[in-house]
Amino acid sequence: MSAVDTAARSGRAPSRLASGKVVRTESKRTKTATPRHKRASVTLGILMTLMLLYCLVPLWWLVVNSTKTMDSLYNSFAFWFSGEFALFQNIVETFTYKDGIFLRWLGNTLLYVVIGAGGATLLATLAGYGLAKYNFPGRKWVFAIILGAMAIPASALAVPQFLLFSGLGLTNTPWSVIIPSMVSAFGLYLVWVYAREAIPDELLEAARLDGAGEIRIFFVIALRQLAPALITVLMFTVVATWNNYFLPLIMLSDAQWYPLPVGLAQWAAQSSAIGGQAVPNLVITGSLLTVIPISAAFLYLQRYWQSGLTAGSVK
Amino acid sequence: MTVAHVHPQQPAGVSTETYASVAVTGAARSGGRRKRVRRNWSGWWFVGPFMLVFGLVFVAPLLYAMYLSFFRETLVGGNSFVGLENYAKAMVDPKFWEAMLRVSIFLLVQVPIMLGLALFAALALDSARLRWVPFYRLSIFLPYAVPGVVAVMIWGYMYGSQFGLVADINRFFGVELPSPLAENFILLSIGNIVTWEFVGYNMLIFFSALKAVPQELYEAAEIDGAGTFRTIFSIKLPSIRGAMVIATIFSVIGSFQLFNEPSILQTIAPNSITTYFTPNLYAFNLSFAGSQFNYAAAIAIVSGVITMVVAYLVQLAGEKNEKKA
Repeated sequence: MSAVDTAARSGRAPSRLASGKVVRTESKRTKTATPRHKRASVTLGILMTLMLLYCLVPLWWLVVNSTKTMDSLYNSFAFWFSGEFALFQNIVETFTYKDGIFLRWLGNTLLYVVIGAGGATLLATLAGYGLAKYNFPGRKWVFAIILGAMAIPASALAVPQFLLFSGLGLTNTPWSVIIPSMVSAFGLYLVWVYAREAIPDELLEAARLDGAGEIRIFFVIALRQLAPALITVLMFTVVATWNNYFLPLIMLSDAQWYPLPVGLAQWAAQSSAIGGQAVPNLVITGSLLTVIPISAAFLYLQRYWQSGLTAGSVK
Repeated sequence: MTVAHVHPQQPAGVSTETYASVAVTGAARSGGRRKRVRRNWSGWWFVGPFMLVFGLVFVAPLLYAMYLSFFRETLVGGNSFVGLENYAKAMVDPKFWEAMLRVSIFLLVQVPIMLGLALFAALALDSARLRWVPFYRLSIFLPYAVPGVVAVMIWGYMYGSQFGLVADINRFFGVELPSPLAENFILLSIGNIVTWEFVGYNMLIFFSALKAVPQELYEAAEIDGAGTFRTIFSIKLPSIRGAMVIATIFSVIGSFQLFNEPSILQTIAPNSITTYFTPNLYAFNLSFAGSQFNYAAAIAIVSGVITMVVAYLVQLAGEKNEKKA
């Protein structure tokens, strides 16, 4: 039970300042407040537990099977440990297979996430704030274009994106993955909705009267107010970039630049190809190593989503 | 998708639906907007960088795809303008329509099941009749963070007859279950993977929207003597309609774009998944295996247009129900 959940139950939503300090603000919506707590329903508990099992069993399978040797993989019950505990041996093998390419993939993934998701969050925050708080020529067009783009299936553009980037000589470089990752129309939308509510125009006007420049106002005043929305956008873009498969698959031909998902898919394909070396134990262990960091980051960031976008109101 | 958040400061009379429909139609209604600051160019400092990258990644490829779709590579190596020929070809291409039909079937079966489960879970979390809410919420949401590739591999192994669930059941009971990877079952198996990946994400959209329902409504319902189900159907569901429309639209777009799951399963079930299993897979294979970039661009545009039309119809249906209610 985290502080956030406790707060949510008592109808108070914490918001986090840019300084990292959590402040509690009384929120007007006190739902799920304690008085509404009724008797726990057994039926509901059973049904939800079934759903929970459905969601967790595949991950359990992954954990269990990354501890098995190749031999026990094929000859043991799939949902319980068996044979010698080979997890560390598998991890070592994963990192040393093919001259340690897995480590290189991990580094690539981190690079794409830090620059791609970080850039996406920064651009979306700037633009969402600009759309919410400024009246500039062409504003309506910007809206129309972005909202139109949100409705276009991203993958319909994948092939022309590839051809265009290839014309620019960017394919098979990290840029071909990073630049497309830097656009998050959904993130922009989130920040725009949030900024309209969370930043009072009076505050900006007051700062302007004090002679602060627009850029400074953004970084000193607005950014703090936008922190919850920013973290939410960061969570989505980090998960999306870490898990991205289609885009790098198209853009990259050299395995040296692969991110983890593309690399793992290649190992799996090699395992089932005729004449290829079967390495299911490495695919499974590599998958586990891919899931752990993103799950940890995700679990750390997700609590802001609950409170994040309904908090931050101003009186 | 947290579009459907109602904000504490939301002016009276602006419904969640308004926020949601702004997202989709772009019909920005004046949601109690405060007086704007004077009109000047300084907003471009903030919007400019995004638009620059957006132009390169989104607008330019879109225009380029349109351009490509009107041409054809000739054997001599030149480009010749062929007008709508690629589109005419797509219109009568049985492979393309088979793929379209397949994702449509997928959409009609998988999306309602997934959203139904997500809605049930969200209502359960919100019911105040469940203990350990944060634990359930997190566990069900967790698969969303698992890379699609890894999700497909885990399920692929579990479906497999070598090591996995199916293999164990067969061994234990001495039966021969039909393989989930067989041609007749592969679509169901993919549906299951997609459901597993996204049910928690949709649950959280619904749950966030439920959190924003004003407490007064529940108090009023209680005074009127409404029971649990009455409250769900008369208050909770109408209040989160916006979130439901948004979730449906995103799931519809996702279904039309199916790529990761079939493309990775193809390596372990090559006989069940053709190169034109989904429109996206077809466009991909046309380009990268067949080098038919012009035709692939036309296919991508046609499926993009169909997707947008269907998404728009979902939006319209959502609005129509709103008027009825």
